Amino acid sequence: MENTKGYLDMELLRFTTAGNVDDGKSTLIGRLLYDSKSIFEDQMEAVESASRSRGNEEVNLALLTDGLRSEREQGITIDVAYRYFATPQRKFIIADTPGHVQYTRNMVTGASTADLALILIDARNGVQEQTIRHSFIASLLGISHVAVCINKMDLVDYSQSVFENIQRAYLDLSEEIRPKNIHFIPISAKLGDNVVEKSTNMAWYTGSTLMELLETIPVPRSEDNVGMRFAVQYVIRPISDTFHDFRGYAGMLASGTMQKGKQIIVLPRGQRTSISAITLADKELETVHEGESVTVQLTDDIDVGRGDLLVDADHELPQISQTVSMNVCWFNQNPLHVGNRYIIRHATHETQGIVKSIDNRININTLQKETQIESLAMNDIAEITIKTATPLVFDSYKINRTTGSLIFIDPQTFETVGAGMIL
Amino acid sequence: MTTKTYLTHLRELEAESIYVLREVAAQFDRPAILFSGGKDSIVLTHLAYKAFYPARIPFPLVHIDTGHNFPETIEYRDALVERLGAKLIVGSVQESIDTGRVREETGYNASRNRLQTVTLLDTIEKHKFDAAIGGARRDEEKARAKERFFSHRNEFGQWDPRNQRPELWNLYNGHKNVGEHFRVFPISNWTEMDVWQYIFLEQIPMPNIYFTHERNVFLRDGQWFAAEECMKLKPGETVERKQVRCRTIGDISCTGLTLSQASSLEEIIDEIAATRVTERGGRADDKRSETAMEDRKIAGYF
Repeated sequence: MENTKGYLDMELLRFTTAGNVDDGKSTLIGRLLYDSKSIFEDQMEAVESASRSRGNEEVNLALLTDGLRSEREQGITIDVAYRYFATPQRKFIIADTPGHVQYTRNMVTGASTADLALILIDARNGVQEQTIRHSFIASLLGISHVAVCINKMDLVDYSQSVFENIQRAYLDLSEEIRPKNIHFIPISAKLGDNVVEKSTNMAWYTGSTLMELLETIPVPRSEDNVGMRFAVQYVIRPISDTFHDFRGYAGMLASGTMQKGKQIIVLPRGQRTSISAITLADKELETVHEGESVTVQLTDDIDVGRGDLLVDADHELPQISQTVSMNVCWFNQNPLHVGNRYIIRHATHETQGIVKSIDNRININTLQKETQIESLAMNDIAEITIKTATPLVFDSYKINRTTGSLIFIDPQTFETVGAGMIL
Repeated sequence: MTTKTYLTHLRELEAESIYVLREVAAQFDRPAILFSGGKDSIVLTHLAYKAFYPARIPFPLVHIDTGHNFPETIEYRDALVERLGAKLIVGSVQESIDTGRVREETGYNASRNRLQTVTLLDTIEKHKFDAAIGGARRDEEKARAKERFFSHRNEFGQWDPRNQRPELWNLYNGHKNVGEHFRVFPISNWTEMDVWQYIFLEQIPMPNIYFTHERNVFLRDGQWFAAEECMKLKPGETVERKQVRCRTIGDISCTGLTLSQASSLEEIIDEIAATRVTERGGRADDKRSETAMEDRKIAGYF
């Protein structure tokens, strides 16, 4: 059957969109869903009737994405919403986040799992403070591809010079926020130019449409020269006659490759052993790649548990330290002060941490670094140093998103109050 | 093309869900799988089987039985539990009605779907479950698009959509105070199509009511329903015999049937690829108001 065959080996691309209500972000997402036939009749009917009852003249595609009652009532987006669509080439997951300055934390959340960030610029306004903010967050969260969509081209007569001026202004921005790969696309989300269909109004633009870009950019994976990182989640010990001596270490391979027979080191204690078997359910695997959840058995009977990290000896080893510096984005109304204690969750390891210093705070609109900072408020981004009760085994976030990231948990309320990206 | 070393979307989704299930086992004392008998909870249980093999699934399956189930659902459930050597716990809505915990709805559109919430919360409390793992997906409904993998519930079992914990990378925070619990949704990122493709890929046996069969049905508000004993016909509604299949399986009173000839997984996938109505388009419980799902979720629904 054509559908079964083709669809079984699609790739998955996760991207995030940031933008203010006025940028036409919801319209763009609505357009992607609509033109890729991912909106169903009953959803469209619901949106049409909701638009009518609100007195909107046109169908308001924003209502497709604004789900919660308070959002519909207030016409704002308050949280990260996840959307799904697929083309015959790929399946897409959109983390749709609101773009207001007070929602920096939502943008950070959406960007943390994204392979690509989509940034919208209103062609009439050009590069704005929020463009800098969105680009900075994308680069802070290690997103390697950014699609800069210059929207509302219909309102500037599809002018090539307007597009090129904005492109130039963006490229003039500081290197700090410049992603590895930038793609500029002139679009009209409302009319559909260069979203899915190539625009007939901008013959001067010879690049790909947004959809072509989304379908073809390589899904970023960690570099080939990064070592194997496998954090043990759970120890599988069946109590049965058939698997009497079975001891399996369950986890997901965060980077590198893992083969049966490979020599490995268990950190932080440094025991050396080798992999005797890799399985998933009743299937034995020879080699596994980044992103696979498997169960590993080791040659030697050594003490390994949740929170331990299996690494290979052929690449640079991770760092092991109780003092760790990082960029942090603060999420909570209770401020972070020097001396505060938090639960730190890093990969599958959990420990206590105490804030030793706030080294500087970044003004996300100007990218200036401010020093002599006493505390961090919600949505602040800063460089801080913490000391942990047990050592962290980590890589720099720039090299490894899994072993380089951690969250702060408030020991009283148990809320997730901050996100850290290790320097 | 170079050789493909990376995961396909189905294997990536599978790996993510297995990761979440293992986090549940590691972070909670008394988790349970909410098993409805529908395709999503069947896939969820299959993933749990893979996640912990060769050990048994380290949590029981909990079925909230409305008493209005398709008999095929119960047969399938019992056979599955037997095959996996899993533990089954049944929470009965009939019992909640008999003991006066809930009052049965009356009228033609009466459904026990809403009543399930009370039985569910009672069952969670009785067995002191601290994590209830469900097969809900974010693509199902707009309120679910904002749901977390680890969804915190207060001591009343309620969801506070405006005060959710941020969820970054794959770092899941299952810390909670006494009396609070979590709902966990390992297949959050799957779509209906992903679920069927995965069932095909893994050749998971399915209840036969997902495939085409002849059944007594009646039409109400443009939707076909099973003409079973618990369904009261309105004047003018007539029972007909049709080739139908279930696209979702809830209890009989809210499960819309699709006229379909699809008799294999391949044919179901083709049918879904061509369809222009969402699967919940057939769910009477979602049509009660624009934010019906959000309201039920806040009250403690799945």
